[in-house]
Amino acid sequence: MHPIIEGIIQAINLILTGDPEVFSIAALSLYVSVLGTLLACTWSIPAALALALRKFQGKRILKGLFNAFIGIPTVALGLYLYLLLSRAGPLGYFQLLYTPNAIIIGQSALVTPIIVSFATGALESVDPDLRTLARTLGASDRQTYNVIIKEAFWGLVLAILAAFNRAFAELGVAMMLGGNIRGLTRVLTTAISLETARGDIALSIALSFILLGMVMSLSIAINLARKTSQ
Amino acid sequence: MNRSAITKLQASLLIIVVICGIAAGTYAYYSMIVPAAKTRLIVSTTTSLYETGFLDMLKTKFEAKYPNMNVSFISQGTGLAIQTAMRGDADMLLVHAPSQEYPFLKGGYGVNRKIVAYNFFIIVGPSEDPAGIKGKSPSDAFKAIRSAGLNGTAIWVSRGDNSGTYTKEVSLWKAIGLDVKQLRQEKWYLEAGSGMTATLKLADEKLGYTLSDTASYLLNFNNHNIVLVKLVEGAKSMLNVYSAIADDPRNANMTKTNFDGSMMLIKYLASDEGQQLFADYGVSQYGKPLFGPYLKLLQTKSDPLGNDPTQLIQWISDYAFFEGSECPQQFRYQAEGLYSTQTPVPVLLVSIVAGVEQRKAAACIQSLKA
Repeated sequence: MHPIIEGIIQAINLILTGDPEVFSIAALSLYVSVLGTLLACTWSIPAALALALRKFQGKRILKGLFNAFIGIPTVALGLYLYLLLSRAGPLGYFQLLYTPNAIIIGQSALVTPIIVSFATGALESVDPDLRTLARTLGASDRQTYNVIIKEAFWGLVLAILAAFNRAFAELGVAMMLGGNIRGLTRVLTTAISLETARGDIALSIALSFILLGMVMSLSIAINLARKTSQ
Repeated sequence: MNRSAITKLQASLLIIVVICGIAAGTYAYYSMIVPAAKTRLIVSTTTSLYETGFLDMLKTKFEAKYPNMNVSFISQGTGLAIQTAMRGDADMLLVHAPSQEYPFLKGGYGVNRKIVAYNFFIIVGPSEDPAGIKGKSPSDAFKAIRSAGLNGTAIWVSRGDNSGTYTKEVSLWKAIGLDVKQLRQEKWYLEAGSGMTATLKLADEKLGYTLSDTASYLLNFNNHNIVLVKLVEGAKSMLNVYSAIADDPRNANMTKTNFDGSMMLIKYLASDEGQQLFADYGVSQYGKPLFGPYLKLLQTKSDPLGNDPTQLIQWISDYAFFEGSECPQQFRYQAEGLYSTQTPVPVLLVSIVAGVEQRKAAACIQSLKA
C-alpha cells in the first residue's frame, strides 16, 4: 500500500511539474502512433473502399483475413518485422531496426487490419440505394465514392481512432523493433515495463496515468463521435 | 441542420487533437532524435548492468567527452544480447558470461574483448532461510536448497533466460552434478523468464531463493523493493566478470557496424576515467561501489569491494580468461593501445614475428609489382 500511495503522489508531482523525461516519452509515443496510424490509412482506406464497393473474387476470404488479423499478438508481429528489418534480414540495408521509424512501420502494420475491417463495415452500412441514386443522377465513379465517404465519415473516423488507440497502447512492437532506447525509442508502454522491472514504481505509475488518461479521453471522444454519427 | 453543426464542431475538435498530437510528436522528434550528424553506437547489454542505472550515467559522461557520438543501449539478457550482435543489429557487447563470449569470438563475430569490471553473484533468500544455507559454500547451499525443495520447504527461482546470471546458475548446479533440464521438471524450481529485478521480486513474493548479481540485489534491497537477505557470498565460483567486445567488421553480417565507435567506448571503459566511473558508482548509497574496476584492480592492487586483491586477480584470470589471456591474439583486430599495458611476453614475440612476416610479404608484393 505504502509504495503505491507514494507512487501516486510522485506521479502527480511529475505530471504537474512537467518533468522533461516524462514529457518527451509521452510526446514520442504520440509521434510514432499518430504517424503509424496515418501511414496505415494511406493503404487501408483505399483497401476498404475496394472491399466495400467493388465486386471481385475472393472478397469474402480477404475480408475474413483482415478480420482475423485484428487480434494479431503484437509480439508475434514484432518478431516477424524484427527478422525483416534486422541488419542480417532482407530489409537490413535500410538500417531501420531500433529507430522510431521501425516502430512507426510496425504499428502501421499492426493497425492495418483494424482500419480495413472497421472502415469496410462503415462503408458497407451506407444505404445501397444512395449509390444507385447517385448513379442514376449521372455521378461518375469518383463522385459516387465521394458521396459514400461523406455518408460514412464518422464510421471512418471511428476506425482510425480505434486504430490509433491500439497503436498507442501496444507494447510488443515498440519493444522488439524500438529496443526501448532512452531518449530515442522509449515510448510510454516500454517505459512502464522497464521502470517496473527496475523497481521505480512511482515513475511507472506516473507514466501509466498519462497512458490511461490519453487512451480514456480518446475512447470518450470515440463514443461522442459515435453518438453524433447515429 | 443542428446535427451537422455538431458534427462540424466535433470534426474540427478532432482535427485539432490530431494536429496537436503530430505537433507534440514532431517537436519531441526534433528535440531528441535528430542529432543525425552524430554517429550512432548501439550497445547490446545485460539487464543487470542496465537496471542499476550505470549505463545511463556512462552515456552522459561518454557523450560529453565525445560530443559527436550517440550511444544507444539495448538491455537484454546476455544470451539474447549476443544473438542481437551476431545478426549485426548491435555494434558491440557489454556482457557477463565468459562461457558464451568465447564461442562469440571463435565464431568470427567479435574482436578485442576487454574485461572492464567485476563483482560477485550472491545467493539470496527469505530471512527464515528454510534450507539453512546461510554461510555455507555455494555447492553445499545448492545441495541444501534442492533437498529442502524436494521436501517442499524451499523454492528456487531461476532467471530461466539465457542471461549471464542464468549461465552462472546452470554452471553452479552442474558443479554438484545436477542438470537444469531435469531440475526444471521439479516443482520447487520456478523459472521467471525475465530480468534480474523481476526475478528478485518473484523470489521475494514466493519466499524463494535465487541467484543475483550484487548490484541488482543492493539496488532493489535499498529501494525496499524486496526484503530477501544475502545468504551466500564471496566464493570464487560466484565471480561475475563484465567484458566489452566489439563486433568484427570483417564478418559478413557486421560490415555496417560502427567498429570505430565501439573501439572508442571500449577504450573509454578501460581508461582511467572510465574505470573511475565504476569505482565511484554506488559508493554514496551503498558505501562501496556496485562494480569493481578491473584495470584499476590490476594497477593499484587493491579491491574496493574488500577482497584479497592478489587472490581476486588470480580468480578472474582462472574464470574469465581464454587460452591464458583476456583476449587471445587471434581475436584482436586494430586494437592499438588497448592491450599494451599487459601484453604477455610470448604474445609480444609472436606479434613481432608476425610483423616481420608481414613486412616481408609487403616487400615481396612490392618487388612483384616492380
